Amino acid sequence: MTSRYSAMSLIREGLSGQRGWTPAWRDAEPKRRYDAIVIGGGGHGLATAYYLARNHGIANVAVIERGWLGGGNTGRNTTIIRSNYFFPETAAFFEFSLKLYEGLSRDLNYNIMFSQRGMWTLAHDRHGVEILRRSANAMRLNGIDAELHGGDAVRAQIPGLNSSPRFPVLAGMNQPRAGSARHDAVAWGYARAASALGVDIIQNCEVTGFLIEGNHVRGVETNRGTIRSERVGMAVAGHSTEVARKAGIRLPISSYALQAFVSEPVKPCLDTVVLSPATGTYLSQSDKGELVIGAGLDLYLSYAQRGSLPWMERAAAGVVEMFPAFSRLRFLRQWAGIVDVVHDSTPIIDRTSLGGFYVSSGWGTGGFKAIPAGGWCLAHAMATGRPHDLATAFSLDRFRTGALIDEASASGIAH
Amino acid sequence: MLLIECPYCGPRPEIEFRCGGESHIERPGPQGEVTDEAWSDYLFYRGNPKGEHRERWFHAAGCRQWFNLKRDTVTHRIVEIYPMGETGSAEPTW
Repeated sequence: MTSRYSAMSLIREGLSGQRGWTPAWRDAEPKRRYDAIVIGGGGHGLATAYYLARNHGIANVAVIERGWLGGGNTGRNTTIIRSNYFFPETAAFFEFSLKLYEGLSRDLNYNIMFSQRGMWTLAHDRHGVEILRRSANAMRLNGIDAELHGGDAVRAQIPGLNSSPRFPVLAGMNQPRAGSARHDAVAWGYARAASALGVDIIQNCEVTGFLIEGNHVRGVETNRGTIRSERVGMAVAGHSTEVARKAGIRLPISSYALQAFVSEPVKPCLDTVVLSPATGTYLSQSDKGELVIGAGLDLYLSYAQRGSLPWMERAAAGVVEMFPAFSRLRFLRQWAGIVDVVHDSTPIIDRTSLGGFYVSSGWGTGGFKAIPAGGWCLAHAMATGRPHDLATAFSLDRFRTGALIDEASASGIAH
Repeated sequence: MLLIECPYCGPRPEIEFRCGGESHIERPGPQGEVTDEAWSDYLFYRGNPKGEHRERWFHAAGCRQWFNLKRDTVTHRIVEIYPMGETGSAEPTW
């Protein structure tokens, strides 16, 4: 039986008819009691379970997922990993996440196909250039790689970029260590590694209520019975409000649909990630050859996992303006995920007023790149009862004290 | 794509409108007596329901009038449209 992946095991299995592979993770039946329960079997939930087991020795953990693993936003994002943030708190956190991603394939013994192909943010006017320079300086002060280039250098380094668009490219900022990874592999890799450490992964298991005694959580009610635990963590993205409400907890979150598209696959033609906020272009090419295009939020509440046509048109218009050669490509698929947006576009990783109940939320439109660090910090909070040093600023209390970390405007997050 | 029936202009596509968020939120007061909790609640906490939601819309590229509508956040079906200053037919879920 082969459970560890390596070049040797590939060769051995190749010679023996591929019959020795074991399932990547156990599809577990829920037990009556666990040391910790994680609600949500996406990247964040699975990473939390993995780090609970690996970093804190708490392996008697259940991950319960309403649908299937990685079927929410983990499988619906544009797979970009970067740490181009502005404020010290967020920069340190996302840089830690990027560093965990850099070693993740080896750590999990699962190829997440992290390709550090760089990410370009483009500026099309004088003020945009000023802001880019400010961003690059802030990143470098925070110890993160950032390069500022003039328009000619940008055009020399991004293949196919329109040399005379309506809004000329005056400058670009590159983060060379940014890139993309295979999103499904991140979920599956964490699931496999957590399962190997003893974590139970339970799919098709929906939380219908919470067991609460004396203002402390004692477990969850699910469609597959009652599961008891004194520690419950929640990582359910766009459904945070609805799940937390069942525990009597209110969160400062609004749920919006964020959509993305892929084109038909073509040969390799774009070897980096391009973001042009002014033209609404967010573009990369997957290993399969599809152009992966991200759009903006439909700015009205939505729990429907589909986006609107106007944004599809706008995203396509931006791509065609910046890369005229792509105008002949056809869309292959379109979808949306429901994202949990907070006022300052900075996450919440915190305990709540209900004892033993922890939340990881507010990831908004950028949760994928945060998966390793988000799981790391939620696991730390659940294991120790205290916030991790990287996440002390990501408290719920900041909405009362006013100590917001306004990345929404500081790093020009598009939404 | 939503087709929104502006009470003043009739049915128009959603690109002409802007959503102004949840309706019927009252600013707490008087200013000096509002607790941090109540102020935080007013600024940041919303119902965000999965289901029917009452929200304000603005016909930005039309008559530039505000109005309320009740919409299902799962199906996006618009259930009711009513003028500013009125509360519609049902109590809020939150």
